[in-house]
Amino acid sequence: MSPGLSFDMTRRNLLGSSILASMAPTEPASAAGRDSALNIMLEVNGKPHTLQLDPRTTLLDALREHLNLTGTKKGCDHGQCGACTVLVNGERVLSCLILAASVRGHITTIEGLARDGELHPMQQAFLDQDAFQCGYCTPGQILSAVACVREGHAGSDNEIREYMSGNLCRCAAYPNIVAAIKQAAPQTEKT
Amino acid sequence: MRAFTFSRADNPIAATKSVGTFLAGGTTLLDLMKLDVMRPERVIDINGLAHLDEIDTNPHELRLGALARMSTVARHPIVVRDYPVISQSLLLAASAQIRNMATLGGNVLQRTRCSYFRDVGWEACNKRHPGSGCAALDGNNRKHAVLGTSRNCIATYAGDFAQALIALDASVETSGPQGVRRFPFAALHVAPADDPAVETTLHPGELIMAFIVPALPFARRSLYLKIRDRQSYEFALASVAVVLDLDGETSRDVRIALGGVATKPWRASEAENILRNKPLDEAAAHAAAQVAFKGAVTYGANDFKPELGRRTLVRALLEAKALEI
Repeated sequence: MSPGLSFDMTRRNLLGSSILASMAPTEPASAAGRDSALNIMLEVNGKPHTLQLDPRTTLLDALREHLNLTGTKKGCDHGQCGACTVLVNGERVLSCLILAASVRGHITTIEGLARDGELHPMQQAFLDQDAFQCGYCTPGQILSAVACVREGHAGSDNEIREYMSGNLCRCAAYPNIVAAIKQAAPQTEKT
Repeated sequence: MRAFTFSRADNPIAATKSVGTFLAGGTTLLDLMKLDVMRPERVIDINGLAHLDEIDTNPHELRLGALARMSTVARHPIVVRDYPVISQSLLLAASAQIRNMATLGGNVLQRTRCSYFRDVGWEACNKRHPGSGCAALDGNNRKHAVLGTSRNCIATYAGDFAQALIALDASVETSGPQGVRRFPFAALHVAPADDPAVETTLHPGELIMAFIVPALPFARRSLYLKIRDRQSYEFALASVAVVLDLDGETSRDVRIALGGVATKPWRASEAENILRNKPLDEAAAHAAAQVAFKGAVTYGANDFKPELGRRTLVRALLEAKALEI
């Protein structure tokens, strides 16, 4: 198992740890058969992890179900909504359409954005601008927004809308999301 | 998702000797595996193949490696300056995240978005089950093709970049069990005809290595116009790639490819012939548009497509003429 997991008896951790237990070497084979499990190394938010995973495991499921990093959300699971957006080597990608086994590089999730207990400027801006309602798309929106700024695609409201079009918000907080990105852009360029 | 064995290829020769399905960006393959439409038993990850993501420019040609990502190619300064139609076709496709993931090779091989192909609840789909029929013929076919269709399949080719390659007379280089070969990109895709399950002329185990675009000075006057239901992150209802060699008011040469309306990347050769060596004005553009869609066959919900396609082509031609180069 990976280090750093808490085992407080919350529903989420209970579910997560039971799934982890099913992947432990002494447990029965997974659906694909024990022989096909792969040893996979993932570097997430600066920490290396070695996991034994069924080849079918997406990066999204590896993060959520095996590393208990549930900040990354599963929306459509088909690359249409953007809720699962993470950064790989600083570039925004959809973790639901990447096999954990094919990841090359370091991964940044929403849990890895804050520094020394201080929210990332983009996280703070989403709070300041009321840029969400239910919050489900928000981790993906924030990571996509950080990349959008670093790519140099936050020059105008229209450019932000175009380059954020891969992140859907069912609550339609779009005007506030644009405002948050504009607020955080100057500081994000330096991060 | 069904079980598969996973391996990584570290050189193209070994990759093409393996029997299996290549995994590059994964944006089509993983999606369709989750939907149970694609069921590979062996998945070969080719992302580690060296040099296949390179972009080379020289005075004779532009060489785009098959593993180059859409976003990388779209922002390449030489591509932006000399082949705007390539850059635009990539930037108007998908989302920023998908463009960071998807490769050029995978992009041209992306599968159709036909709802009956993507939903295995429908039995009739000649692409999934040859001989089972086509549910789209009498179904919801608003987004389906009007050119290159057959009674066996009317699924639209969903890509954009391929239209740019067609209009630029690009070639494709492949590596396979029989060695390396290079052939016109226009010969890669095939219209559905009798067997819609066959979408390309690639042999089993054959891997796309690169796309080669010949130097074409007048390609600086080129564009990609895409008309769709949403402003962004949507497939084309109609699209046009235009490359125009303008001499005053006269089109010395013109290349036209159509997307969103055909079963494969579609070259409008007859429309080009109408325009060549004649003054390009609104009347000429309309005449070319009539010719481009004269063979169109519609299926009810997509009756609007020929007219939308004609108007898109007229606008694309006039916008290309008006470009300040």
